[in-house]
Amino acid sequence: MENGRTKVIAALVENKPGVLHSIANMFRRRGFNIESITVGHTEQKGLARMTITVKGDERIVEQVIKQMHKLIDVVKVSGLEPENIVARELVLVKVNVPDTKTRSDVINCVEVFRGRVVDVSSGTLTLEITGTPDKIDAFLNLMKTYGIMELARTGLTALSRGSKSIRIDE
Amino acid sequence: MTKMSGAKALIESLDRQNVEVIFGIVGGATLPVYDVLCKSKIRHIHCRHEQGAAHAADGYARASGKAGVCIATSGPGATNLVTGIANAYLDSSPIIALTGQVCTTSANTSYMIGRDAFQEADIIGITTPITKHNYQLQGAAEIPKTVKTAFYIATTGRPGPVLIDIPKDTQTEVTEIEFSDKIVIRGYKPTFNPHPLQIRKAAELLAKAEKPVILAGGGVITSNASPELLQTAELLMAPVATTFMGKGAFPENHPLSLGSIGMHGNPVANKLLCETDVLLAIGTRFSDRATGNLDSFCSAAKKIHIDIDTAEIGKNIEADIPIVADAKKALNALHKRLAKQLKKKEKSAWIKRVKEAKEQLNPPSKGESKDLKPKALLQQLRKLLPEDAIITTEVGQNQMWAALYFNALKPRTFISSGGLGTMGFGFPAAIGAKVACPDRSVVDIAGDGSFRMTEQELATSVMEDIPVTVIVLNNSVLGMVAQWQRMFFKKRYTAVELGSVPDFVKLAEAYGAQGFHVESIAEFSKAVQKALKSNVTTVIDVPISSEEDVVPMVPPGCGINEQVGEY
Ligand SMILES: Cc1ncc(C[n+]2csc(CCOP(=O)(O)OP(=O)(O)O)c2C)c(N)n1
Repeated sequence: MENGRTKVIAALVENKPGVLHSIANMFRRRGFNIESITVGHTEQKGLARMTITVKGDERIVEQVIKQMHKLIDVVKVSGLEPENIVARELVLVKVNVPDTKTRSDVINCVEVFRGRVVDVSSGTLTLEITGTPDKIDAFLNLMKTYGIMELARTGLTALSRGSKSIRIDE
Repeated sequence: MTKMSGAKALIESLDRQNVEVIFGIVGGATLPVYDVLCKSKIRHIHCRHEQGAAHAADGYARASGKAGVCIATSGPGATNLVTGIANAYLDSSPIIALTGQVCTTSANTSYMIGRDAFQEADIIGITTPITKHNYQLQGAAEIPKTVKTAFYIATTGRPGPVLIDIPKDTQTEVTEIEFSDKIVIRGYKPTFNPHPLQIRKAAELLAKAEKPVILAGGGVITSNASPELLQTAELLMAPVATTFMGKGAFPENHPLSLGSIGMHGNPVANKLLCETDVLLAIGTRFSDRATGNLDSFCSAAKKIHIDIDTAEIGKNIEADIPIVADAKKALNALHKRLAKQLKKKEKSAWIKRVKEAKEQLNPPSKGESKDLKPKALLQQLRKLLPEDAIITTEVGQNQMWAALYFNALKPRTFISSGGLGTMGFGFPAAIGAKVACPDRSVVDIAGDGSFRMTEQELATSVMEDIPVTVIVLNNSVLGMVAQWQRMFFKKRYTAVELGSVPDFVKLAEAYGAQGFHVESIAEFSKAVQKALKSNVTTVIDVPISSEEDVVPMVPPGCGINEQVGEY
């Protein structure tokens, strides 16, 4: 988002088998450059919500939206205005902590980033951070100095600010 | 609600869609369906290859405007349909493909699909990128709604193929079936009516235009908008070019007709498109073969783009005035608006230019040559055939010669594989077209290479009594490829020789069809007339030179105003 060429698209799709396949397949076929896709149930029965971040200029983003719209199982799709959204990503990261000094340094960092320690073992800490992708990038950069064993990022998920929504009337 | 099997529900559902005919080949996974089909009033046309069945359904759809239906068994039957489905997809043709699938459950397991059972293929995965939509049924109760929805999706908006995959145990399952007329598809609401403001803007621009050109694509034919196109063109006194897919949307013998644009387009159309100040494009996706290099394509013109598919607006060409609507509705609205604000335009300098360009770039043929020349053959064929005769083509030079020299006079009379360029399409498509229009003559303009790809459908044509005529422009090479090797690979001919086998007359006779070999235009005319009169499947073998090029041509990468070669 801060990078002006990444756009966030939100879609309501039928919550049925094959839908994710047809969307992912369309992206691949048309050569659209997708950064991340997240998907989950919504408050409306039978509908899942997808958040897609895509790299490209206006024209490409417009094509992505139109091509998604063409898919029968995509009920609604809309580009979110970057200045008008709340967007979050979650990361779980496992960090090496060979000694108590490192351990407390890492825990300090987690507190600064308002994260949480979710698992502890003798030589590792598993941390959870939620935030914008930039915040997560910054945190992971910091953790690199300690040694990241593995990490899992969810990809971005987002809603419009205020009363705006892409909800459909049933 | 009535208790019945899935197979019965399927046939009943097809019947409710007024399906008269299904093209297909039987197999293990469709046995229950066939057991009901054979007792129904729907005609089954037994093809000799599933590709032929799919193309026949496609030809039927294009000739009639209704959905064409084909059926295949699971696994190889289904995969054999793939070329035909992709072909229909790229040319926006409404076909319904029914495929058998292995059982969902069996004695050994609670879920069979996905375990690589005998003749299992993931046809849903395979056809996802080449169908408008596809379904795998999960139970017999779903059948009526799915079939109804499939037909609605295939035939509305921008049409396209829809596949329904039917596990065998769904066909045999007996359950309470409800046929309802209501369907709800919350993700599919095609726009039909044009936005009035956009129509007003377009009318204003067109009324002021000095050198307007209308470009009609396949969408004009799909939406049956030819009458509206004609009245709009005549009101504006705007010349009309078509895309290859639009051939037939506007009568090509009309003084305002420019012919078709593109790589092997009519030089008049290509030239005047580059001179226009306002382009009204309808139902076209501006394919690369049509536009050539985009930098010089109508670069000076303001562009109005009407299409029912939003995604086509701005995909290849930026439009100044986009109109998302059904072509017929949009043209109707545009005509009404224009009629209010302008009287029929008088013969302008632009019309004079059109006439002059035609005289210069489409000169009358000089005398008759001794050799059989494609141009003379196709112009002669036009004279021999009634206006409403249906032409299909194969792919390659034969197709481009047909585009250049065979004047299409009515919509749905020129049927060809434009998007996918599928060799072997024309003949089975001709069979499908003949089934749709049994009282009209249907002729496939073929190359010897293409015809061999689906010639086994001669059996279908003869056995099912669907007489069509195949004209083989026999150059003994894969001509179009040979032409490219000649032009762009310094005549290094590779893998294009076809030799003089088979003997097409004997081939026809082997199937119980009639075959003619001709050596002159006079013999050609006689053979065509005999074929039309006899109402028997006919193959006419027409030897032509293997060195013949299709010209004029826009070399790859060039603009359409950089065409080389004489018409
Ligand atoms: C199924 C398929 N395979 C290969 C091609 C590539 N191809 C395009 S034109 C052509 C030659 C066609 O030869 P023929 O049918 O004899 O027609 P001609 O060009 O000689 O008129 C070939 C091989 C194709 N379009 N379709």
